[in-house]
Amino acid sequence: MDFNGSDTLPGPRAEDQLPHTAQSAAKIVIVGGFGVGKTTMVGSVSEITPLTTEETMTQAGIGVDDNFGSASKTATTVAMDFGRISITEQLVLYLFGTPGQQRFWFLWNGLFEGALGAVVLVDTRRLEVSFDVMGRLEERGVPFVVAVNSFPDAPRYALDELRTALDLTPDIPIIECDARRRASSRDVLMTLMRFLHSLAMTGSRT
Amino acid sequence: MTPPQRQKRGPAPEPPPPPAQQAEGEVRNPERMYVVAGPDGERAELDLVTLIVARAADPPPSASPEQAALLRLCAAPLSVAELSAYLHLPFSAMGVLLTELLTAELVQARAPIVRRSRTDRSLLEAVMNGLQRL
Repeated sequence: MDFNGSDTLPGPRAEDQLPHTAQSAAKIVIVGGFGVGKTTMVGSVSEITPLTTEETMTQAGIGVDDNFGSASKTATTVAMDFGRISITEQLVLYLFGTPGQQRFWFLWNGLFEGALGAVVLVDTRRLEVSFDVMGRLEERGVPFVVAVNSFPDAPRYALDELRTALDLTPDIPIIECDARRRASSRDVLMTLMRFLHSLAMTGSRT
Repeated sequence: MTPPQRQKRGPAPEPPPPPAQQAEGEVRNPERMYVVAGPDGERAELDLVTLIVARAADPPPSASPEQAALLRLCAAPLSVAELSAYLHLPFSAMGVLLTELLTAELVQARAPIVRRSRTDRSLLEAVMNGLQRL
């Protein structure tokens, strides 16, 4: 792109600028299948209009010793929407809505490893698309809560039934939410924070 | 109607290795090579939520247009993710650009808070208080 026209480059609106006292930021990941409402949830609690960061994924051609350029390679652009909540004058929280497929996770270095925790957003019409992502979070030891985004035409199951179907241990919170509503999305984040807090309490006793 | 059934997984014995990215003649993913100093002098990789702040009010005349654009954006603290979004540059390209600026001492990097085996409870309490005000 042409950076000479940088006077017209978009940047944060004056009211969206962080104070100079902002010392550090933490992140939370909202993960789920396509169309499950990740961006909606990010947008409903974010203080800024959600932004998008992109990464290019290059795949080498198969079985070709490619010394002659990139003809056999395909590049895919993967986008991730995120939002922001200022917690204090010093502390900022970022929320990343992340595709569930593991092959995307390596594109953003440390995305899951550094995150305080994750929200797995599920749609009861396509419950099985969230199975793999939960397994991967378990493998990596990333604490998560499950939020069931209530779509009007989705089958409704009792939370106990979903807990059994998702094979969640009793300590992992599972709640219903409406990702379009700020209060509901905030409650999901609060549930995650309380869960992380309880883990920290348990950890301090051992 | 019964929902489909999942099988829980345990922690992996070792984190799965990243897919082979160093294909012949390909030198991608440069961001892993760049590190910034954390608050305790410990070194951390650039993260999506590392906060970047310009050290001076105006970009020096020697700055490239790309660098000048970034420096103007982070007159106030801004995360690497936000810089990537506003500049329309991929996250991996931010590593290169920011390392130049960090080396030239034109920007300051404020290391993120990352999950530890024992997350600081006072941090979680601060976040809960903040969320309550939303």
